[in-house]
Amino acid sequence: MEIFEIVTYFILLALLSTAIRVVTTSNVIHAAISLVFTLALTAILFLILSTEFVALVLVLVYIGAVIVLFLFGIMITRAPLGKNAELDNDKNKKLGAAISGAIFLLFSYILINGFNGNVTITSGSSTELLGEILLTRFIFPFELVSFVLLAALIGGITLARKDEALIDEDQV
Amino acid sequence: MTEVLIKVGFLAIAALNGAIIFTIMDVKGASWMQRRPGPLHVGLRGFIFPLAEILKFVQKEDIIPTEVDRPVFKWAPAYVMVSCVALFAVVPMSPTLVVADLELGVFFALAISSLGTIGVLTAGWSSANKYSLMGGLRAAGQLIAYELPLILAVVGVVIQAETMSLVGIVEKQIEWGVPFVVGGQIVGFLIFMVAATAEMMRVPFDMPIGESELTMGFMTEYSGIRFLIFYISEYMNMFILCAIASTLFLGGYHVPLLPTEWVNFYGPVVLLTKTAILGFILVAIRWSQPRFREDQLQNLAWKILIPASLVNILVTAVMKVGF
Repeated sequence: MEIFEIVTYFILLALLSTAIRVVTTSNVIHAAISLVFTLALTAILFLILSTEFVALVLVLVYIGAVIVLFLFGIMITRAPLGKNAELDNDKNKKLGAAISGAIFLLFSYILINGFNGNVTITSGSSTELLGEILLTRFIFPFELVSFVLLAALIGGITLARKDEALIDEDQV
Repeated sequence: MTEVLIKVGFLAIAALNGAIIFTIMDVKGASWMQRRPGPLHVGLRGFIFPLAEILKFVQKEDIIPTEVDRPVFKWAPAYVMVSCVALFAVVPMSPTLVVADLELGVFFALAISSLGTIGVLTAGWSSANKYSLMGGLRAAGQLIAYELPLILAVVGVVIQAETMSLVGIVEKQIEWGVPFVVGGQIVGFLIFMVAATAEMMRVPFDMPIGESELTMGFMTEYSGIRFLIFYISEYMNMFILCAIASTLFLGGYHVPLLPTEWVNFYGPVVLLTKTAILGFILVAIRWSQPRFREDQLQNLAWKILIPASLVNILVTAVMKVGF
């Protein structure tokens, strides 16, 4: 077995343990930090598959922005230091296990059938290729996604803001 | 394997030296501008001052308050330091004197620099102290707001250079004959420097630390070696952001008219000089300007810098296609 493969299995093991910790810990901040490690290890896996763009997007967008917003949200609303009993929800454990099992089966089926069991690794950089394809062949879906995101952004602001003038107008 | 170890060792040494150079510059700048005799005259004209400072912090007790969230509190400085040291890997001192010439160098730098935010936030939260929490909240708001103009300002350079590799960007500037700051990215450079100052959390953007109102912000409960890590990281971050700005906008390791065959010899000196000049401007601003108010800070980011950088991208793209 190559040393590369051994390293990959160790990373997968660490990934699994941090991912389990995200859902089992009853401390919100600990869960968020475990999620940071989960995402960082996933980024390393993507690097090993020589898709550096996806790896860096994972770091920039998910760790740098999404997790920071999670932490910001937790801190700004209520930040109990230590364990939070509400997070130990025993009622939904069976349902959760069933749903995650179903998702696991579905993903495995798609991944195995989609690639017919072959592992395709292209050598060299894929970033330039990705950029070209995104802005030529997939330009329409790409722009559509950005439009949907913009709409969601504006919708979020409209729902959240308390504009006195607007409220008065609605009541009239 | 040996090569990797040498590179990691080089990274650690470069990062520490960068931090120490900028600490000396900051302290001596302050004493020069405010007539403080200590760092100017005591001990080899004040140059061993930072060493004394480090020895002092190493000797101090590393106090961990009883109410804190121990693992989070203990590891928070590490996130900040790792993100700062990793940035040193991509900045080239010459085409060959670079730890890793990544094809996505700029992107890597921006992605890794956003990791430090997590350290600051968790430090603020886990300290179980209201001042720390306020500092953490302020830091989060500030770092999120100023990361956007920082990234958008770089996009202009990437469009003009047609590459994301930092070596490639410098080579493009050599090919052009003038650095990008003269060749059309002056607005981008100003936005980058303002946003970078805010990312470093230095005056006039130091509300998250704010000695006079929040004691030390998210660092209030830290002492001894962990405080030292935060302290060094601040200067490392300052050094590396100045070095990245020199590379992106000021021509990096090359100045016009110097022969490119000799770049391996004068490259590091040129880059250090440019970095030090930018650093000196930051020091001068720090010791002569007051602090922004929180709402002024957010307004500056969202209402001025982000629209300006979007316009900058548009103009650069139009010029690129048009000419």
